[in-house]
Amino acid sequence: MIFLKLIVTNLRRHRIRSFISIAGIAFSVAAMLTVVTVLQGAIGMFSGILSSDSEIIVFERNVSDLFFSNVPAAALEEISRWPMVAHADPVLFGIVSSSDHPIITCFGVTADDARIRKAAWIAGDKLTFAQHSDDVVLGERAAEFLGTKLGDRVPIGHGIFHVIGILKTANGFEDGGVFMPLSSAQTFFHKEGNSSVITIKLRNKDDAELFKHTVKTRFSTLIGLEDAEFTRSYSQFKILKATAWAVGGCGLLLGGFGVANTMIMSVFTRIREIAILRVCGFSNIQIAAMIFGESAVITLLGAMLGLLIGTSLLYALKLVPALHGYVDVTLQPAVSLTVILMALITGLAGALYPAAYAMRVRAVEALRFE
Amino acid sequence: MNLSKKQTRNEDRVVLCAEGVWKSYDDGAIAVLKGVNFEASEGQTIALCGPSGCGKSTLLHLFGGLDTLDRGRVSVNGVEVNRHRNLLRLLRHEVGFVFQLHNLIPDLTLEENCLIPTMASGMDRRSAQARLHQLAESTGLSHRLGQRIQKLSGGERQRTALCRALMNRPKILLADEPTGSLDEQTSGAVFALLLEIVAKEGVTLVMATHDRSLAARCDRLLEMHDGRIDES
Repeated sequence: MIFLKLIVTNLRRHRIRSFISIAGIAFSVAAMLTVVTVLQGAIGMFSGILSSDSEIIVFERNVSDLFFSNVPAAALEEISRWPMVAHADPVLFGIVSSSDHPIITCFGVTADDARIRKAAWIAGDKLTFAQHSDDVVLGERAAEFLGTKLGDRVPIGHGIFHVIGILKTANGFEDGGVFMPLSSAQTFFHKEGNSSVITIKLRNKDDAELFKHTVKTRFSTLIGLEDAEFTRSYSQFKILKATAWAVGGCGLLLGGFGVANTMIMSVFTRIREIAILRVCGFSNIQIAAMIFGESAVITLLGAMLGLLIGTSLLYALKLVPALHGYVDVTLQPAVSLTVILMALITGLAGALYPAAYAMRVRAVEALRFE
Repeated sequence: MNLSKKQTRNEDRVVLCAEGVWKSYDDGAIAVLKGVNFEASEGQTIALCGPSGCGKSTLLHLFGGLDTLDRGRVSVNGVEVNRHRNLLRLLRHEVGFVFQLHNLIPDLTLEENCLIPTMASGMDRRSAQARLHQLAESTGLSHRLGQRIQKLSGGERQRTALCRALMNRPKILLADEPTGSLDEQTSGAVFALLLEIVAKEGVTLVMATHDRSLAARCDRLLEMHDGRIDES
């Protein structure tokens, strides 16, 4: 109890300095949490597009981005006939632009695709999809920012398309995207006879390994991965995650420097007190524990405040209309714990030098200070 | 009466011993102690007198293991103190320090300040509380236990420092001008209390002081001149 009071006393003694350190850690944690959560949300949404009513994704082996993947129609035909496959849906991804909106994700899909069948259509009839080559269905947000409604003709990229439906989806990419019949998309993107991926629904999930193995042996240029495997191994996701953690880590490092500075000042201003504790029989470990304890309190308070700020920030982002559907604010416990743990490690690392300095304080010299 | 008491004590075992102790600063440029020999028996009260800079405080620091000597040997209860491994045990169980400035932690209460040594030594809470109340009663501080140090008078602060020094039941109390910052009246009262408690606890007192009237009330008075000790 007294030990804790010794730790807290010094923080209370220098309230402004302590607050600045806590704020430094808090904003670092908030930044890290926001960046990581937003990116993980984006990754989750993209995975959601791929895994819609399917368990396995088949795509071209060794491509850095699914937009560059080419899966031939012959492969789709063969895979569709395999007895273990319930259904196989080709999806062609493309990026198009319109005036004011340089990037609109385009999905070339068949009428049987779950994205079309299972979506909530707020305008139009799902049975009319893919009857004409210039038909498109827009996500609700895409319709909003393109300023179009059912029946309109809308310029997208180098073509003019007829809006035959508007659908509502919780996925930001889909909600801001354009759905075209697969054959139209293949022509539009000059990928005749190809799709970017095939999403596979198996009759029996236990056949996943067999399916992947069969793809590997039958098609040397293709690979089949389960959804979770894909999310883990897709290089774009890995780069995004690494970037998020690196950016957040840099922020945290800055917070750590703040803690280090505070702790150094703390030790310098209480040298006499440390000397008294030494005279009272405090060991080096006890002295160091006091310094580390002080740092841990700053860091934990900062981390908690950071969680609060970060969560508020995420909710604020969710309320921004332009980001609607793109930001998944679900705070993952694993991310929160990792961020807190990283903050704690950073804080303790920041206290290393001050603790070492405090351990070297010689009582006889320190007590001579008046 | 006093003499017979002193003689009886002198026959007791030696608890603190210094042999040929040398200490200098600035790489030997300033020699402070020049071959000091010293012995204190259990329960004795010893005053070290001498002009400022004669080495009184330095000698006390060496006795308590707060400083390292250049040459010679200091031992407490037969155990050499200049070896690092003995240092913590020495500070936790063998010696207690009282300084001219009370050196208490101002943000803590009287009780918390006194409990610090017990935290260092690992004394259990119940024993520590019992010891605290015993000492607080002896020093007349029982009613001030919850007070912060800033709210205590100079005499109370020094009595608190005395309590803190004795919490772990040390064999030796090293006091460096313990009443030096107090007025004459308070100084006399605090010193009387100091003598009373060390007698009651059977603690050996080694005290550096300029005040000869206080020094005369100790069992032995040692004069320090030019880094050496003369017994008067």
